[in-house]
Amino acid sequence: MIKAKINGKDIEVKEGTSILDAARVANVKIPTLCKHEDLEATGGCGLCIVKVKGSNKILRACTTEITEGMEVITHDPEIVAVRRSVLELIMSNHPKDCLTCARNQNCELQRLAAEFGIRENHFPNVLNSRKHKRDNSAKGICIDTSKCIQCGRCVQVCQKVQDVWALSFLKRGIKTYLSAAGDIDLKDSPCVNCGQCSAHCPVGAIVEHDETREAWNALSDEKKYCVVQFAPAVRVAIGEAFGYPVGKNLTGKLTSALYALGFNAVFDTNTGADLTILEEASEFKHRLTNGGVLPLITSCCPAWVDFVEKNHGDMLDHISSAKSPHEMVGVLAKTYYAQKHNIDPKDIFVVSVMPCTAKKYEIGRDKDMSASGYPDVDLVLTTREIARMIKQAGIDFNNLEDRKGDDILSAYTGAATIFGATGGVMEAALRTAYNLVTGAELKDVNFKKVRGLKGIKEAKVDVNGTEVRVAVAHGLGNVDALMKKIKKAKAEGKELPYHFVEVMACQGGCVAGGGQPYGVTDELRTLRAKGLYKEDEHAEIRCSHNNPAIKKLYADYLGAPLSEKAHHLLHTHYTKRNKYQK
Amino acid sequence: MSQGTNTREDISDIIKKWKKVEGSLVMMLHSVQSRLGYVPRWAAMEISKETGIALAKIYEVLTFYSFFKLTKPAKYQINVCIGTACYLKGAPELLKAIEKYTGLKDGQTSEDGKFSVMGLRCIGCCGLAPVISVNGKIHGQLKAGDIKTILDEATKGE
Repeated sequence: MIKAKINGKDIEVKEGTSILDAARVANVKIPTLCKHEDLEATGGCGLCIVKVKGSNKILRACTTEITEGMEVITHDPEIVAVRRSVLELIMSNHPKDCLTCARNQNCELQRLAAEFGIRENHFPNVLNSRKHKRDNSAKGICIDTSKCIQCGRCVQVCQKVQDVWALSFLKRGIKTYLSAAGDIDLKDSPCVNCGQCSAHCPVGAIVEHDETREAWNALSDEKKYCVVQFAPAVRVAIGEAFGYPVGKNLTGKLTSALYALGFNAVFDTNTGADLTILEEASEFKHRLTNGGVLPLITSCCPAWVDFVEKNHGDMLDHISSAKSPHEMVGVLAKTYYAQKHNIDPKDIFVVSVMPCTAKKYEIGRDKDMSASGYPDVDLVLTTREIARMIKQAGIDFNNLEDRKGDDILSAYTGAATIFGATGGVMEAALRTAYNLVTGAELKDVNFKKVRGLKGIKEAKVDVNGTEVRVAVAHGLGNVDALMKKIKKAKAEGKELPYHFVEVMACQGGCVAGGGQPYGVTDELRTLRAKGLYKEDEHAEIRCSHNNPAIKKLYADYLGAPLSEKAHHLLHTHYTKRNKYQK
Repeated sequence: MSQGTNTREDISDIIKKWKKVEGSLVMMLHSVQSRLGYVPRWAAMEISKETGIALAKIYEVLTFYSFFKLTKPAKYQINVCIGTACYLKGAPELLKAIEKYTGLKDGQTSEDGKFSVMGLRCIGCCGLAPVISVNGKIHGQLKAGDIKTILDEATKGE
């Protein structure tokens, strides 16, 4: 441990701690626009400057380690004045159109400008000649480089955390600009629409592709029968937009709000999650007992699916053919539900509220996404977009009475709700796969080894004497090691390291998806996941195969898992894609 | 320069030669540019494919150094040194005279690919300031009035 002083206060921190992190121990907040907890410090923005006794230099708190006996001053009139100048210089190169910006009232630069009480623009906009580009080519996210403050978070997330390498800075010095690999459009780049760049951007330079207007249009179209569903991770994050503590599960209030918005029916993607488990666990059982291709790898994350199609074309036969939960609910809305209620599927408009920007891409990724004969899901809104719509509609979210969703497509088990956290799909699948293989129920349905924020988690499960080895990866940057291990074993003809693998593109899983409320950190990831695990723990039914609504669905309509009808409606296929279209 | 089989083979030889040496991306790009006069996208893609270096990273390097060219060079490449010595000795007047002759400002290439004008700093012969080079041939101690003669001479027979 290191003993030091921050603003005269004695503190003790672990060796290797930066001054920036050490200051938190002393209850001091040092402003920064580039350092994010998920990322390496780069010293890019220059706002976190501090003074250290005995040094005549002004140091950057994010890149300077605190050392034994160090005496740090984080705030004095001179430091604040320098910070103010740095901030004004950043602002001099940033548009002042906050009122029409997607990050209005949610922008780190705007917040600092307010805190510093900046009332004038002292510096002329000298860097206006920089190349600016608006890139709306990708389905999930939009880039407006005129708003970019070049903090570098998005580039680091894209290259290092996600290993996607779609974004980079081109040129240097004042000519530097953000662009997809070598000045192409994002849609032609390796971008998988995970949206982690938008989740980490401190300003409005990268935001989700806003489609609330399309949602309002559909809702006001009398000919349309609008239905909506929401993902597991949305229920534990939506509250952040309305002042609730992080991780509060608001299924009932959100259902109520969606009805208030004018949707004719509110479904729960969790029902689709239970259904996904039935199909996927059946697929797993089939492969395990018939010598099929193993490991089976999950497919509910569309950014992961896009990534695997672009980067691991030789692994496509490992990917579960089961569609993602919201696609399953979408196709059932336009078939099963339409028939039950005698509604022409062409009039049904399905909206999915997702924690995810890649889902916007997923709904058009392939013709399998129109298995009903129409687009199975018409529109995807992120958690951020639906929060805005609820506010626009003047709905007093906090005082809404809880409501239940639709009768046939909203009942779910504890297994479904944990889909929103990393490891959740694996845990849910194991609960059902065990039952399918052995015919018995697990005594303890908890698989705690696959929970939590470790990048790659492994577990072994005894299924009737067979050791089933599973792995869970989240954050696409963790995938490479896993794929290499599997490919190596395959190439050498050795025993496979795993039988079943779950991959989620975003660190922490969907709770920290690219479409969730801003400001994600590991603390938030943990709290949101906790909200889901708590619901599972208290759920009456905790295994997908025991969901009565799912049993009824198979009995009434689908037959059995992997039946011909199930295959037609609930499964898809994968295609090797080029990483670069140009 | 065509993208014929020989060119492809040459590029692939260059990649093979440098592939095993760590940190050799810049050398690879240098070799490609000296072979082709620029680094076309297909060559950058080939390097990416063969070495596993992300295309994004290759372009970060390519655009970081002004030395690297991403478009096919003009037939007559006019480089004007605008380093301190040349600048003070009259490089701006030379650029004006070149603009009068070619219609091009610093950094531009004519649409027909005949001329390109590029300001550089520095060519490394400050004693000869101000200096320009036309297709690598150095002309020093110039006055604005010398430009027409130099370019007429260089393009003789066009």
